[in-house]
Parts: sequence; structure tokens; C-alpha cells
Amino acid sequence: MSSNISKEEVAHVAELAKLKLDDNKLDYFTKQIDDIVGMFETIDKVDTTNIDPTYSVTDQLNTMREDIADNWNQRQALLDTAPETKDGFIEVPTIIDESGDGE
Amino acid sequence: MNYFKESIDSLHEKLVNKEITAEELTKQTFENIDQTDPKVAAFLALNKEAALAKARQLDQQGIDPNNVLSGIPVAIKDNLVTKGLTTTAASKMLANFNPIYSATVVNKLDALDTINVGKTNMDEFAMGGSTENSAFKVTKNPWDTTKVPGGSSGGSAAAVAAGEVIAAIGTDTGGSIRQPAAFNGVVGMKPTYGRVSRWGVIAFGSSLDQVGPITSTVKDNAVMLNAISGLDKHDMTSSDKEVPDFTANLDKDIKGLKIGIPEEYLAEEISADIKQSVQKAADYYRQLGATVETISLPNTSYAVPAYYIIASAEASSNLQRFDGIRYGFRAENAKNLDDLYVETRSQGFGDEVKRRIMLGTFSLSSSYYDAYFKKAAQIRTLIINDFKDAFKKVDLILAPTTPTTAYGIGEDVSDPMTMYMNDALTLPVNLAGLPAMSVPAGLDKDGMPMGIQLIGKPFDEATIYQAGYAFEKETKFNQNTPKMGGNN
Amino acid sequence: MNFETVIGLEVHVELKTNSKIFSPSPVDFGAEPNLNTNVIDWGYPGVLPTTNKGVVESGMKAALALHADISKIQHFDRKNYFYPDNPKAYQITQSDTPLAQNGWVEIEVDGQTKKIGIQEMHIEEDAGKNTHGGDHSYVDLNRQGTPLVEIVSTSEIASPDEAYAYLEELRQQIQFTGVSDVKMEEGSMRVDVNISIRPIGQTEYGTKVELKNLNSFNYVKKGLAFEEARQRKIIMAGGEIQPETRRYDETTGQTILMRVKEGAEDYRYFPEPDLPALEISDAWIDEIKNNLPEAPSKRRDRYVNELGITEYDAMVLTQTKEMSDFYDRMIELHADPKQSANYLQGNVNAYLNDNQVDLQDTKITPENLATMVNLISDGTISSKMAKKVFKAITEGKEPKQFVEENGMVQLSDPSQLQPIIDEILSANPQSIEDFHNGKDRAIGFLVGQIMKKTQGKANPTVVNKLLIASMNK
Ligand SMILES: [Mg+2]
Ligand SMILES: [Zn+2]
Repeated sequence: MSSNISKEEVAHVAELAKLKLDDNKLDYFTKQIDDIVGMFETIDKVDTTNIDPTYSVTDQLNTMREDIADNWNQRQALLDTAPETKDGFIEVPTIIDESGDGE
Repeated sequence: MNYFKESIDSLHEKLVNKEITAEELTKQTFENIDQTDPKVAAFLALNKEAALAKARQLDQQGIDPNNVLSGIPVAIKDNLVTKGLTTTAASKMLANFNPIYSATVVNKLDALDTINVGKTNMDEFAMGGSTENSAFKVTKNPWDTTKVPGGSSGGSAAAVAAGEVIAAIGTDTGGSIRQPAAFNGVVGMKPTYGRVSRWGVIAFGSSLDQVGPITSTVKDNAVMLNAISGLDKHDMTSSDKEVPDFTANLDKDIKGLKIGIPEEYLAEEISADIKQSVQKAADYYRQLGATVETISLPNTSYAVPAYYIIASAEASSNLQRFDGIRYGFRAENAKNLDDLYVETRSQGFGDEVKRRIMLGTFSLSSSYYDAYFKKAAQIRTLIINDFKDAFKKVDLILAPTTPTTAYGIGEDVSDPMTMYMNDALTLPVNLAGLPAMSVPAGLDKDGMPMGIQLIGKPFDEATIYQAGYAFEKETKFNQNTPKMGGNN
Repeated sequence: MNFETVIGLEVHVELKTNSKIFSPSPVDFGAEPNLNTNVIDWGYPGVLPTTNKGVVESGMKAALALHADISKIQHFDRKNYFYPDNPKAYQITQSDTPLAQNGWVEIEVDGQTKKIGIQEMHIEEDAGKNTHGGDHSYVDLNRQGTPLVEIVSTSEIASPDEAYAYLEELRQQIQFTGVSDVKMEEGSMRVDVNISIRPIGQTEYGTKVELKNLNSFNYVKKGLAFEEARQRKIIMAGGEIQPETRRYDETTGQTILMRVKEGAEDYRYFPEPDLPALEISDAWIDEIKNNLPEAPSKRRDRYVNELGITEYDAMVLTQTKEMSDFYDRMIELHADPKQSANYLQGNVNAYLNDNQVDLQDTKITPENLATMVNLISDGTISSKMAKKVFKAITEGKEPKQFVEENGMVQLSDPSQLQPIIDEILSANPQSIEDFHNGKDRAIGFLVGQIMKKTQGKANPTVVNKLLIASMNK
């Protein structure tokens, strides 16, 4: 097996993406992802010196909205479609680690 | 109603002349679906009650003779949110998801009094090219039910091809309208990026996604694109360019039109029949007075890796919101918050989605960002420049839509690499944001439909329609129909 | 071993706009939970953000006030991380092309002035709020999407006192642009700090420790001072500083470990494909620059040089934009600059402190206060009377009307006072003699008699003058 990406790396990426892979699945995905990453690496040989990256192909520039508040009154409908709510809040399991918020 | 023998125009005439009421047309559409869909499995949800209620209401107020879409039944791909109608994106993650708002495209069609008959099957979150990646069912190709309908808009294309509806809406991130259109012998348009609003389209690759129509004829397609195009204040990437009437110049002579065939799109992987169909198309165009020359898009072979890096990266971020907190599926018995995230996402997503999320997360991670994501974005620039150069010489690009015709169900799904290479001819257009349409180009030796692709300059869908219409008129390939569906 | 301290501050300032940065929901998170939220704020499937022009403008105002260079081409980026108050699991922020760079503020510590650099400022969306109770946590997304400007200092801050002065100056500069309330106690200004120390002469930086939960400038100073000492002690004992996030405990004045950082978080930033880039024209920047409220330092110069008040008074008056605007309005109404300054610093500030209110939340208006100051200047009321008038002003009463209704007009007209003085003098010949014999007490007695006669309304200054003149005749 070529080794563009290791099992450990796939496991790390799965963790970042909040996905759980059992050993079988980890092997299965590692093989596939390794192949695909091998295909990705063909772009290595392209000379992109001084080429600006393109992240969007929209023809729009400077599109902005005026600062006017508009409450769409969707609160109840949103709460109604949420899995668990209480007193107007979305209910989640207890958050333990509070140091992790990114801001 | 035998949709094989109808067009939006002919239905409109019947509705205006009261040969048929909107209610009857809607009922007959559901009859078509009841009859055909057990074999094709194109639909995930039917909108029976609301559709019939709306049709009755239309009948009461009278069909508008100036609105060709009044009372016309259409189907919507299940990754466009529809208020009050289950929207799943073919994922377990949204199995019972009932949106509280509608996509702009859905609202526009609704405002034009089309009748939304239901939601069509697709690859989960539009990831895949066979509709086998649906969490709920495998749609079959109406030409041969052992074969895939293509994807990800496989349900929409199969529904039109099988005569279940006259028109359907799809989305195209890397070929997801054009490839199934080719596999099913129908017309599929991916408009210019920004032509159609993405508001309410469950995002896959935000810089690539576009909504477009799938129909039996070029003119129907133009009518549908007229209906859904235009600037939307909810989508800041939607274009403020004027939207022309795409049906206005269909009949116009194409004499003098300069067409280019990129040599890279006729590589050895392309089936002989399909290569031949492109050459035949070139001959037709020459006969009609166009010039056809060979051109080069030299960076084509890097489009596949660049596309899969970019699309997966955007997808990995777009799909993070499916975390079980605010809507959709939430895993039961989670031990803690992290467990809730992991269980919800591990149970809610299928393998293909997980694969792309992992690939995207990988390409964006700090140690690989420059070599993968940024490099892919630079290659995207090269691909755009290739097209720019080509369009200095030609008005339109002609190419095959797919390397092969529809393959067997289960054949490719286990091998993502083969699957990804299947999109090689369609995805460069998404990277460049260009408009492109697949039109039927006859049947291959096995009797399966082939498609050719017409690629235009940005916002020049009109020329594509014009050339597509001329081809269709000349070849009548659109009159091929599968042996099932319709009234067969 | 002598150490030098290296401090970097990351300040988040909430911008006071009508609508959120990427959704039209109202910015008002005091409301009942999730009231001001829509599908965008919930990161609902299919939604797209829209850029609020007001946020870009407010950010530019703050940037100009901090002397920063505004980036001509800007785009937004996604910062990816899972958290219940972060609905899309990414925050839309600016990473590649921040709103502005290379700003500075000038601080004064122990009589020394120093410029502290601002590395960059960017605009971004705030998260919602999590609350905790029982065996669950609860998410309110009202705050989600509130516009923030994040201001990142350079590492030129070398002491807790400098950090304090930097924050003061930053707060004041931004407050005067009017784009934010900049109040730490209300969360419209939030401060994250990192601090490291290194032996003097060492070129590489020490290991950084991040401090959280700093709810006032004072706590920032105290937290940093504690941390400075803690780190010094560890290094002196031959130990090593861990890269940590620590919390400041207000009751003990100590910092407490929250967690050790294992490598940098991988936020997988990339350009936000849903929002077109912004191209900021020079014309737009100029327009904003021209409409920017006068900076506090400029106001201080004007107060001292044109209005002739003391540096100290000018400093006090420019503590807040409200106070300074209030003062400027009084001057516009021709109130005496010195008297006005005295009243604002004295009675008004005392009133605000006693009642723990902000000037704009009281009934005191520049119009009413200027009227009162003018009434004092023209002798209509005495400064003793003014105390009652001020109280009336705080109750929302119009001073002129109040003075008239309560018969408080001071008697200053000599033609009215002279007959009364004559009357009192003729009734008290002994006092005149005492006065001529140099007994000053006599004047006090006579003034008292005149005040009695006029029920306290006589203007004492005028009475004094007239009385002495009469006796010296
Ligand atoms: Mg930060
Ligand atoms: Zn921030």
C-alpha cells in the first residue's frame, strides 16, 4: 500500500470532523482516502508560481445589505423543529469544557 | 397524461383551452407516478394534497394565458428546502426534517403557479453520481432498470425520462444535472454560477453549486430557466446581470457560430460510441452553417483533483452544522455533548458523505492547506484561464457529457476513485462557473442514451439554448423514449 | 535574574448596529431566549449569510479612530469548530484580509508616553450563549451574529499597568466613535490576554499563558500581575511554563488552571464562499473619516486652548463621549465654559455616582443645565439657590420656570436694593460707627438684616458693594 496518508492521520481527521470509525471502517476508509489523496497529489507537478487562487467565481463584488433590523418571527417554528427544547432554549447535554470557545 | 408526447407549451394550450383542468393534469401526473415509480423509485416524497389543492385553486381563478407555467406540474430535487414538505437531501440526518421556509427557486416556481408534485431522490447531500448513495432508495434508470440513473440529480432526471413529470429541478456541483440528463436521454442545464439563487439549497460545495432544470426538450428547459433565474437578495453571490428571455432566440439561425471541441475531452477513456456521437454532432453543426474546430484546454487533467479537493473542503465545512443540536436527527442516549456530536454524525451520515467530509477536513487542515486546498484554488485559476482563452476563439464548446453511458447498479459504488473520474468531463465547468447543458445525442450500441454537452461563456445560456435547440430540431434525438413509463 | 514581561491583548468589541452582521435579525439579546433569531442565526439547512453594510462602516470608524490602515480588498473566512452556541460549526470572521492593520494608541504610564501598536482588527460574528443547569445546558441564539470587531495588539505591552492604560485608551477612542458602548460589565467589551516573561537579554519569547474571565480592567491588571509573579517564581525555581489557559478568580485574586493546551487548535480557516469580496474605495474611507466624531485628544486641546479650562478639567470631561458631547452642547448654548465644567465635574458627576446611572439615562439635559449656569452667571440665582435648581433639573424640571414658580429670583437691581439698604442703615447708626472703627463684623450684621428684609433674595455680592459704598459716602 502506498502511503499518502496514514491510519493515524485518517483517525485524526475523523476526530476533527466528529466522526467515529471502528477498526474495520478505519482500514476501509484509510485505503480509499489514501488512493484519493494519491490522485490529489498529481497537482503537485503543476507550476502555480504567481497564480492567484480562485475561491469564488461570483461576478458580484461589494454586495451588502443596509443595516435595517427585520425580525422574521421564526422563533416558535424553529423551536418546534428542534430535537429538544426547554423554556425557549435549545437543550443539550451538559457542556463541561468552557475554555474551548473560539471567538 | 403521456408526457412523452407533450411539452410545456402543449400542456399550456390544453389548460388554456380547458381541454384539461389543472386538477386533472395534477391527478394524472400522480397516476403516472403511481404507475411508474414503483419500478423507477425517483420520488422520496409526494406532495399530493397540497398539489391538488393548489391545482383546484388555479382552476377556480383561471389559468393565466400569458403564464406558460400556470398549472404545470414539476418535481423538486430533495436538497431544496420546501416549507411544510419533508426535505431530506436523501440523508438519514434529515429523515423527518420539515423545513420552515422554502428555497428561492421553490418560491419562484410557486409564484408562477407551477404545481410541486414532490421531492426527488438523489445521492445523499448531492455527493455521488449514481443516486445509489441515497439513504432511502436506489433510483433506477428507466431505460434499463438494472442501471443507474446517474446522479446526484438521478431522481429528477429519471422522473422526467420515465414520463412521470414534464420538468424537474436539479442541482449541479460537478455534473449532477448534466450527467443524469445524459444517462436518461433528457435535457439538463447547469446555469452560470450566480444565475440562480442558492438560498434554500442545502449546500454541498458553495462555490460550485447551481440549480438548474431537467426537461425533455430544450425549449421546456429554457422556459424553466426563465422562471428560476435572477438576482436574489438572500444570496449575495447571485448575479445582478439582466436575465434575457431564454426562449426568445431559439429559432435563430446558428450560421457562423464558432464551436470548439477540446481535444482533452476525447481522451481514450471515452467510449467509442460517445466519441462518435460528438463527431456526428460536429457534422450536424457544420451542416447548419457553424464552424467546428479542435481546441485545447490544457489543464483539464488537473480538474478532477482540484475539484475533489475544493468540493470536499467546502462540504466538510457546510456539513458541520448537522450536529444534532438544532434540527434533524439527534442520536439517542448520548453520554455527553461530544458523544452527541459523534454519534449523531456517525449514525446520520452515509459512507460517501463521511469520505468527503474526511477528505475536506484533511485538505483544510493547517499542515496540508497550502499543498492541497490553496494549490487546488490556484489550479482552478488555470482552468478558468483555459476557458477564457478558448472563448477568445470560439462561441461555444462541444464535448461529451460523460465518458460512458449508464452503468450497472452496484458496479462503481464500491470504488470511489472510478466514480470520481466519471465526472471528469462535467466538473471543469463548475470550477469555472460556466453554463453548460447536456442534450440527448442518440443511443449507444446497447440502446442506452448518450449526451453531448454544450458549454457557454459566462451568462451566455442563450447561445447554448439556441445551439441545443438547433441540434434537437435537426436530430430529434429527444424523441427517443424508454420502453417503460409515459403511456407505454 | 531580571525578567521582562510580554503581554498581548485581544479585545472583542460589540458594534451597536440595528441588525446582525450576517442576518437581518435585531441586535438585542436581552430579550427572551431565541426571540431575535431566524433560520440564518440557527445555521438552518440552505441558508446564506448577507453582509451588513453598517457593520463594515462601524468597523471602519473604529479602525480610523485607532489610526489603522483599512484593507482595500477584504473577504471573510470561515473558522471551523464545533460548539453548541456556534450553529454552523463555523464562525464567519476575517483571517486573510483583516478589516485594518497597523494601528496604534498612545498611553501614559508614570508620566511616560508610549505608543502601543495594533497589529490587526477584523469584523466577525459573535456566538450565542450557553447556560448550564441541572444535567443539561441550554442554548440561546439571540446573541448569535451580533457584530464584533476584534482588536489584536502587538506584544509591545510590557506591564500590567501598560495593559490597563492601553485598555483605557482603546475604550475611550472607540467610545468616542459612537460605534460601541464598550462596557466590560455589560459584555460589549471583552478582553483576552496572553502573557509570557523572559530573562532580559533572551531573544526568544517565553511560553505564553492565556487568561480568561477578566471582567474589568482592574482584574486584567491584577490577573496579569499575579501571572507575572507566578511565572517568575516557576522559572526562578528551575521550572518550566506550560502553555495553558487560566481563569482569573476574583475572590482570591489568583489565576487558576483551566486546561493545558495540547498543540494549536486546527480551525481549518478558508475563504467564505457565500460572501463576495469587499472592495473599499478611498472615497468611502474619506466619507467615513469626514463624518467621524472629534477624537477625545482633539477635544481636550480645544477645551484647554479655546475655552480656557484646565488640563485636568478637560481630561475629566472627555472620560466619555456622552459627557463631552453634553459639555459641547452647553457651550453652544453660551453657558460659561468654566462654570459648566465645574458643574459637570462636581454636581453632575456626584449625582451619577450616587445613583449609579449614566448621563444619558438621567433627566439632566444640556439645555436645562446651560440655562441654570446662565442664571448663575447673570446673577438671577445664587449658587446656594442653584443647589435646589439642580435637584429640580434631575427631576426633569425646566430651571427658569422652577425659579419663577418658587420665587427664587435673586434681587440684584441696585435701584431696588438701595432703598432697603438706606432703610437698614438709618435704623442701625451704631453699626455704621462700628464699621468706620474697623469692626468688620458690622458688615455681616447689616447684610444679615438686609437678607432678612428681602427674605433671602438679595444678591449678597451686590448688597455688599452697595452697602460699603453707602457707608463710605
Ligand atoms: Mg481570536
Ligand atoms: Zn474573535
